[in-house]
Amino acid sequence: MVTLVHPNLETPNAKMQARGVSVYYGEKLAIDDVSIDIPTEYVTAFIGPSGCGKSTFLRTLNRMNDTIPSARVEGEILLDGDDIYRSKMDVVQLRARVGMVFQKPNPFPKSIFENIAYGPRIHGLAANKSELDEIVERSLQRAGLWNEVKDRLADSGTALSGGQQQRLCIARAIAVDPEVILMDEPCSALDPIATAKIEELIDELSGRYAIVIVTHSMQQAARVSQRTAFFHLGKMVEYGRTSDIFTNPLEERTKDYITGRYG
Amino acid sequence: MTEHTVKAFDEDITRLRGLIAEMGGLAEVSIQEALEALLKGDRELAGAVVARDKKIDALESEVDKLAVRIIALRAPMADDLREVIAAMKIAGVVERIGDYSKNIAKRVDAIEERKFEPLTLLPAMADIASEMVHDVLTAYAARDPVLAREVIATDNKVDAFYNSIFRNVVSFMVENPATISSAAQLLFIARNIERIGDHATNVAEMVHFAATGTYPPEEDR
Repeated sequence: MVTLVHPNLETPNAKMQARGVSVYYGEKLAIDDVSIDIPTEYVTAFIGPSGCGKSTFLRTLNRMNDTIPSARVEGEILLDGDDIYRSKMDVVQLRARVGMVFQKPNPFPKSIFENIAYGPRIHGLAANKSELDEIVERSLQRAGLWNEVKDRLADSGTALSGGQQQRLCIARAIAVDPEVILMDEPCSALDPIATAKIEELIDELSGRYAIVIVTHSMQQAARVSQRTAFFHLGKMVEYGRTSDIFTNPLEERTKDYITGRYG
Repeated sequence: MTEHTVKAFDEDITRLRGLIAEMGGLAEVSIQEALEALLKGDRELAGAVVARDKKIDALESEVDKLAVRIIALRAPMADDLREVIAAMKIAGVVERIGDYSKNIAKRVDAIEERKFEPLTLLPAMADIASEMVHDVLTAYAARDPVLAREVIATDNKVDAFYNSIFRNVVSFMVENPATISSAAQLLFIARNIERIGDHATNVAEMVHFAATGTYPPEEDR
């Protein structure tokens, strides 16, 4: 077993399950035999030094690596028990169910309203205009952005501040009613106040969606997650409760990393 | 232990450990000197013990300030965090140990007669307590949970000593009612030494926690 899984972890129903996942970029092994359950009940954080593979692994969870021609994924990734890499899988549908928020806010160069409405419209989630209005409002509400933008829905999404843009992206992910939300360094381009708002939002969304966050800020992982996995050189070294990982990690490499001795 | 990428972090931790070692060293000397002053009726030495307690108090507040600064500026994690928290708590306990020695020193004057038989029982008990303080600080410096557990086990000896001294002094009081006042002072002194042993045990538990992340098993305590 390459991963030290803490013995005190109970196993809640997993929304997603990775089983023996390895990822290659051409000949290079980027992820080596990773297995983990992602439950809806908890926020899961992936931490580790740059190049450790945590983002690569995150991107396998909604097949974002498909866009990289040299990338090859081995092993099994299940969403509600279905292998997402099976040939019949509708990748567009998959990415609606497993949404993603990126490091740099990337709103569409369209109105705030259109940023949210685009997904539900192409996925046919709204039968008419009023249903669409409802989805837009509900998504912005859940993302904690509604009060700030309700009077300017026709303004361009790109005119918002960085923190608002990131919450707009989260609202956009929520709009298609996903089951899992993947976040790749969602706050690294934001100031501390905007970061706090995103973290508060993650807390509010957890339990409703399975959330996985990749972060370089260990303090952030400690603040927002209940489960933490430490990645190093393509391996998932240790996985446990966040409180245990940050107060009493069992693996020397984990300890060195989180105490600032390595990486 | 490997060094932190940020060197100043290592310097802070080293300084914190140095302060604890210094406090512990002073507390250990105070126990021995308080007993020596008691046996010899040496007021000057007793005065030195009382004066040293101020220094121990000052070191405690220095530990507190440094620990708070490390937490605020370095955000220590895992064993670093446990180490800083343990240092704060240990400083508080060592300060209490210093208080007990000071209290013993203050009673030197209240004992009228130096050739007082029960007095001869105390040094051996104080030696064990002072050795516990010494060993627990060695365990802290070496991050040694095994030695910490040995210190915890030693506390039984101090407790046994206390019980036997208590019985001894009480029967002495019955036989020599004229010396009851001095004998009662001895009971307080024995009690102070017993408390020093308890506090050294508390420090040992914190050393164990800082080193391993868990408290020593219940059967040890």
